[in-house]
Amino acid sequence: MSIAVLAAEALTGDEVKAAAAAEGAGFAYGLAAIGPGIGIGYLVGQAVQAMARQPESAGQVQTTMFLGVAFTEALALIGFVVFILLKFA
Amino acid sequence: MLLLAAESEGGGLAFPSLDQLINWTPIIESIGFDKIALTHVLSVIIPAIVFFLAAQQKSLVPTGIRTVAESVVEFVEKQIVLPAIGPDGLPYLPLLLSFFLFVFFGNITEVIPFFQMPANARMGGPVVIALIAWAMFISVGVKHNGLSYFKDIAWPSSVPLALRPLVGAIELLSTFILRPFSHAVRLFANMLAGHILLVTFAVLSITVASGWMYVLEVFTFGGLIAFTAFEVFVSLIQAFVFTIIAAVYIGGALHPAH
Repeated sequence: MSIAVLAAEALTGDEVKAAAAAEGAGFAYGLAAIGPGIGIGYLVGQAVQAMARQPESAGQVQTTMFLGVAFTEALALIGFVVFILLKFA
Repeated sequence: MLLLAAESEGGGLAFPSLDQLINWTPIIESIGFDKIALTHVLSVIIPAIVFFLAAQQKSLVPTGIRTVAESVVEFVEKQIVLPAIGPDGLPYLPLLLSFFLFVFFGNITEVIPFFQMPANARMGGPVVIALIAWAMFISVGVKHNGLSYFKDIAWPSSVPLALRPLVGAIELLSTFILRPFSHAVRLFANMLAGHILLVTFAVLSITVASGWMYVLEVFTFGGLIAFTAFEVFVSLIQAFVFTIIAAVYIGGALHPAH
């Protein structure tokens, strides 16, 4: 029997629950950040390319870029809210 | 590693609970009027006074406070209304301008001394303005397209017949339920995350303020200053993003073709 299992036996139900919530909270935000991270990187990269090719349309591209970033970012923020709920609620 | 070193020095890292970060003792006990409510009241009163004073000027050339007011109006008109809705979105400029200023003042208190708390890091404020935007875009859609506004969303004619029930169900869910939710959560979570970030660096700065660890203040207090500057930028960006998304929703209801 490993030490981890022995240690787990010494914990009460509430402590196990709190530990699982803390672990889940870390995973929730970590996993939620992957997709939006890739998405925003791609989005901003393409926007920079568009602005470099056509500097006169920079204003329009920038507005659209912020809009896209906001929509993409929402997923990471929902992950952050799940983190807060698991950790503190 | 640094935290462990701090702990062994006897300082100890005591991170405050979330309750301590966002709950404030009421200023007026009987009605629970706290710092958040005060910020919301001020973010209505301050823009109102500025615009009232600006409107008193009758000269042809704007000076002083009217320059500020006009540049804000022009920013919302040129950067938000015209790109997101088009020229027929100009009737909605007053609403979007109010959104922008209300959200901006609710955000910027994050970095103002003695406030140090973004009012929008509590869900109450964002949820109300997101619901106003939600009611607005639905009523704009019904006003301009009649009840076929709902029909076009639930039964999209540009989609192959076999897929229409599925796409219609997803569209109904995303338009009428997820939109106000994500609209409010986007603002709320951004401001709460910023607030927690600043608190983290402030707590670290206090923790390392003893003995040899003062050297680490370069990172902790320097980080606090850098992130405070970053949060000023975030406050502005989030006000801009909240307003432009409200504008996009209204624009989508105005011209459902795209």
